[in-house]
Amino acid sequence: MKVAITTNKQIHIKSGVLQQLLAFASLIALVLVFTLSSDNFFQFDNIIGILLSTAVIGVLALGSTFVIITGGIDLAVGTVMTFSSVMAGVIITFWGLPIPFGVAGGVITGALCGAISGLAVAKMKIPPFIATLAMMMITKGLSLVISGTKPIYFDETPAFAQISMGSITKSLFGVEIPNAVLLFFGLAIIAGLLLANTIIGRYNFALGSNEEATRLSGVNVNFWKITIYTITGAFSGIAGILMASRLNSAQPALGSGYELEAIAAVVIGGTSLSGGQGTILGTVIGALIMSVLTNGLRILSVPQEWQTVIIGLVVIGAVYSDILRRRKG
Amino acid sequence: MDSQPLIAMEGIEKSFPGVHALNQCRFQLQAGEVHALVGENGAGKSTLMKILTGVYQKDAGVIVHKGREVDIPHTKTAQQLGISIIHQELHLMPHLTVAQNIYIGREPRKKFPLLLDDKALDEQVRVLFRRMNLDMDPRARVSDLTVAKQQMVEIAKALSYDSEVLIMDEPTAALTNSEIQELFRIIGQLKASGVGIVYISHRMDELKRISDRITVMRDGCYIDTLKTNEVSVDRIISLMVGREIYHSVDFKQTDSEAETVLEVRNLNRGNALKDIAFTLKKGEILGFAGLMGAGRTEVARAIFGADRIDSGEIIIHGKQARIHNPHDAVKQGIGYLSEDRKQYGLLVDMDVKANVAVASYSRYRSILGWMKQERIAESAEKVVESLKVKTPSVDQKVKFLSGGNQQKVVIGKWLTRDSDILIFDEPTRGIDVGAKGEIYKLLEELAEQGKSIIMISSELPEILRMSHRVIVMCEGRITGELLREEADQEKIMKLATSRTG
Repeated sequence: MKVAITTNKQIHIKSGVLQQLLAFASLIALVLVFTLSSDNFFQFDNIIGILLSTAVIGVLALGSTFVIITGGIDLAVGTVMTFSSVMAGVIITFWGLPIPFGVAGGVITGALCGAISGLAVAKMKIPPFIATLAMMMITKGLSLVISGTKPIYFDETPAFAQISMGSITKSLFGVEIPNAVLLFFGLAIIAGLLLANTIIGRYNFALGSNEEATRLSGVNVNFWKITIYTITGAFSGIAGILMASRLNSAQPALGSGYELEAIAAVVIGGTSLSGGQGTILGTVIGALIMSVLTNGLRILSVPQEWQTVIIGLVVIGAVYSDILRRRKG
Repeated sequence: MDSQPLIAMEGIEKSFPGVHALNQCRFQLQAGEVHALVGENGAGKSTLMKILTGVYQKDAGVIVHKGREVDIPHTKTAQQLGISIIHQELHLMPHLTVAQNIYIGREPRKKFPLLLDDKALDEQVRVLFRRMNLDMDPRARVSDLTVAKQQMVEIAKALSYDSEVLIMDEPTAALTNSEIQELFRIIGQLKASGVGIVYISHRMDELKRISDRITVMRDGCYIDTLKTNEVSVDRIISLMVGREIYHSVDFKQTDSEAETVLEVRNLNRGNALKDIAFTLKKGEILGFAGLMGAGRTEVARAIFGADRIDSGEIIIHGKQARIHNPHDAVKQGIGYLSEDRKQYGLLVDMDVKANVAVASYSRYRSILGWMKQERIAESAEKVVESLKVKTPSVDQKVKFLSGGNQQKVVIGKWLTRDSDILIFDEPTRGIDVGAKGEIYKLLEELAEQGKSIIMISSELPEILRMSHRVIVMCEGRITGELLREEADQEKIMKLATSRTG
């Protein structure tokens, strides 16, 4: 009996961590390859550039991780992000309210959109793919309607751009790391804690693992589903603020396609699309792999079109390696 | 046994549309006893237990819990009364740990209520395991455990609700012998601590070993309650099946000279199928009897290429057949009629024409892929006429047809494909009594025309009425083969419950 249990533990470690180790090893390998092939790659400015370009997609991917672990999907994260940034623009630039109101408004907009998707999924029993596809179209359209299809600039409120592009670390330690990057890592820690240590995370995994069993155990499945979609929406809202701040404008036409990159990052990080499995650390690594690849290929002068092709192949490779590993286990 | 019973059910009645599922049923459970509940499939055991656990509502009768009459409107009420059930299929979340599964929905929290207290959780489970005398790591992932261990987790979960009544539905179905020993040890312990256990099982040898009393049900009626040590296995079986059986009057002897159409040798697939070997002759109806989960459907699916097999040979018309998927099987002339017609047999939203032609479209296709609609309609008309399908026209969607007529459409599909080996899985499930006769007649006619038929059925009268030969399965093995004249219910039941180890 004792022996059997120790082997169980070993399997446990294998199934949980191996995919992440693999992803992490790929990330290191990529960095090494690019460092060796170009002197321009491993420079402080370039690394910061990579991290900065990871921030927005990364935050979207953090949010998507929650929904994907339930076995669902959120196709609306990209356009909800845009919608949130437009709402922030409306509050700050059109209404002239203080920046914190705009930030809060943007995040709340995202959370509300998520809550509505969640309601459609949990209460109306609309499949997540369809419910969030509809939400994607709704928010895409609303962004254009509200902004009058024109970008909303934050020229009167220069402090807004500092949310992303300013650097607290510069004033504190003299190292210039943009706030967007710090926020991304901060949010990753919060998301990680939510998933690992709170009741939300527990039910998140339970739902993805066996929804019926969870329901039969007396858990209010609908409530937690709505909560989880709301969290995903809130993360999209935060991403919207980061995006608007970085561009110093809310761009209503942007955002479509971001959801797919976010999903790709989540999947590369080892989260299973069939639910029940996944980690925030994996998602962070997945998002980094994508931007390191894009950046490195650009430095090596690989045309942009080919970069996309290569990332597509990486997604297939990552998921297939996961499937192979599972088949063996 | 004169102390006050934990549970006493009296005069329980339950009807579903068209079925009188429970007729004046009674059941009594004492503290510290293992009470076996036996009966054929459909005898009403599960329904009775579902009423006790609040899944169904009784139409009439009383349930007395420790001397007090109670109402059990929800599963939650049953839980509060300390009544738990461990289902045949386990309800666990494979990605979570043992402890997380046991306390799902009741997690201990820290002061800040959003935060989980996993240390306290694991400790609670450790205490629980110590009480059960079980050596298991609360932090192990459920998906890494064997089925037996997972079952222990379910039992622990039930006990964590302070259950005094534990219902186990076929708990040993998926266990090996040594795992069964472990389960029985736990049951013994629970018994000693005063838990009353309802044990539903078909396995006579287990019942003799583990139970104190046995209640027999048949056709929704209470038959008898007996002390286990005062009754023989044969007596239990005869109580379970003891009803009149209608034998078809004019049955034809199997022609032992007939050509062997299908031969299966050494078919193996994991634990589901072990060394399956049999032959099927031209014009024969070969009945497959056995209890639910005995592996009959798995045999059919293996022959039909729907599941991968580990090893085995399938010989059709004397030639080795390579069947890797249903497409190969259909090409070899095999047709499979699933027990779940709506899910696997029919395109319910399409019309009779499309359903009849769906397995043979290549025949109705012109060179450019254009469908020859008239020819399809013609074939469909032919099926409707020859099988006497009651439908206003071949353009009728099959979802509007009755169960019997839907079954005829599926048969028509395979006849159109010229299949000469037809595998019927529960051919009359969900078909009302009148239409059953028609399906039986149709099967007999098909056999007379030289089709070879494998008929899987859980209804013994159906097996006995239709089959020329009967193969009985238990736990993935063939445990016996009976000719029609020697087959009777008791022999079949005995073979169907004989564990070979």
